[in-house]
Amino acid sequence: MDSRSPWLRLRRNQAVLLSSVVLLFMAAVAVFGPELMQAHAGDVSRDSFLPPSRQHFFGTDLNGRDLLYRVLLGARISLAVGIAGAAVSFVIGIVYGMVAGYAGGRADSLMMRFVDVLYAIPRLIFLLILISALDPIVHHFMETHGLQGLAPYSKIVILVFCLGLTEWLTMARIVRGQTLSLKSQQYVLAARSVGQSHRNIIFQHLLPNVLGIALVYLTLTVPAVILDESFLSFLGVGVQAPLASWGLLLSDAAQVINPIKGYWWLLVFPALAMSLTLLALNFLGDGLRDALDPRGRR
Amino acid sequence: MIRFIAKRALGLVVVLFCVITITFFLVRLMPGGPFDRERKLSPHIEKELLAKYKLDGPLTQQYVDYLGDVLHGDLRLSTKYRNRSVNEILRDCLPVSALLGGIAFWVSTVAGVLLGSLAAARQHTWIDRGAMLAALFAISLPSFVIGPLLVLLFAIYIPLFPVGGWGTIQSLILPSITLAAPYTAYIARLTRGSMLEVLSQDYIRTARAKGLSERKVIYKHALRVAILPVVSFLGPLAANLLTGSIVVESIFSIPGAGGFFVNSVLNRDGFLLAGVVIVYCTLLVVFNLVVDIVYGFLDRRIVLYG
Repeated sequence: MDSRSPWLRLRRNQAVLLSSVVLLFMAAVAVFGPELMQAHAGDVSRDSFLPPSRQHFFGTDLNGRDLLYRVLLGARISLAVGIAGAAVSFVIGIVYGMVAGYAGGRADSLMMRFVDVLYAIPRLIFLLILISALDPIVHHFMETHGLQGLAPYSKIVILVFCLGLTEWLTMARIVRGQTLSLKSQQYVLAARSVGQSHRNIIFQHLLPNVLGIALVYLTLTVPAVILDESFLSFLGVGVQAPLASWGLLLSDAAQVINPIKGYWWLLVFPALAMSLTLLALNFLGDGLRDALDPRGRR
Repeated sequence: MIRFIAKRALGLVVVLFCVITITFFLVRLMPGGPFDRERKLSPHIEKELLAKYKLDGPLTQQYVDYLGDVLHGDLRLSTKYRNRSVNEILRDCLPVSALLGGIAFWVSTVAGVLLGSLAAARQHTWIDRGAMLAALFAISLPSFVIGPLLVLLFAIYIPLFPVGGWGTIQSLILPSITLAAPYTAYIARLTRGSMLEVLSQDYIRTARAKGLSERKVIYKHALRVAILPVVSFLGPLAANLLTGSIVVESIFSIPGAGGFFVNSVLNRDGFLLAGVVIVYCTLLVVFNLVVDIVYGFLDRRIVLYG
């Protein structure tokens, strides 16, 4: 019943189709949503803790800001950080993995031992330290180098950088494995025997074949990075108000929910937006993997 | 076997050394000393404070001193909680985290394995589908969504449990569920997959042909092999519970090591931060080693060599 073409297999997978629709919708509202809303929706006002109504579809928060606006802004920042962080890890992972796999031998085993050591260190704990160590430095750099306008975003730059720096390990392992097995295939041997340069072999023969599996894994890295970002923001080390990210919104909600009143909308709407996105991304990644690698199917 | 353990123990020392080194330099890299306040301290007092907390002298010398102190089991003084040593703080808060983590550990392995086997035994029924759908949600929802949702439902709308705090048995339940949920789900999926694979093997057909009850086949013969992937997940599980407990402790305001960890990052309390990290990593690495050894005993097909 399965078609031979991965593309057809992918299109037949309804979960993937649905996820793509959800993701496209989410991306669209993240990009255009905040601009389409009323100009002052994101400003602090006196109407704090209004329940959802026709005026504020998602209600308002502690500072009287419209929650729908905050969730959309959060979508924008969370998705951007997720994609950018995953892209950083993608580049690091591919370069590291290909170098290790192509070099082989002692260099390979040394490089992979290093990856093992990093694996043994709890990632999120080191993220916390790394961010709090680097943040003041970058902030200072921006202020002194005529980039004052960017200073509020310094935290986001740091987040992207640090998340990319800690998420590349699995990518490197996958790419290295793929490179190792490709390297011994006949067409690569043929290329080498006719005297092609290393550079040619790497960029023309290996890279295109590694990219497929790496791209699949990239779709699984994006939700992981989004999750990490929200973890950090939840703990107060990530994105800071007046900007917003889903983790920050959830953290705000958790703080005001503990008293006797249950302001459920503060929790439910950011949680819904975030969970839907994460689910969709995971479905998409799994679907892509299944479509491209039929052996891996259950 | 002994060679394997010795080699892994050596690797353990290397990892811990890296952890201590990286942590120390990252902490010292942080600009803004621990004594920066609104009011500037007089140079004299500042000098004395730096000397008291052994923060003076060249960086390499500080590093060597610190390494020596850690080897002697002295994690130094906290710079935020004046006059309390990191050892004291850890002695107070680690048992709390350990209790929470331990409960979550047992709940997630036992419940996960049971649910997974059940789902595999009843494949293609609504039990299987329901369990796997629930598992998918539990995995996709981070603990800082599950936790506040549970609080909202079972502490505010239906006041069964306290909103937070520590000390009573009731106050343990919501945090444990929050912490255990995603890993229970993950282990259930893992068990189900490997159980299905095992159930299709010849020796299971033999056991069935012998006339053993289905229950005996599954829980006695199949589970013994199907549980292996779960055992190898126990190492990462411990790591995840450690980091997970940081969030759970902050949601439920539990006085565990996680809260101190986050505060030490925010307060730039270098030695407390380094101390927690060192203890966390030691626990983890040792635990991973134990899991590997247990795995070797469980599965005789695997030869451990260094």
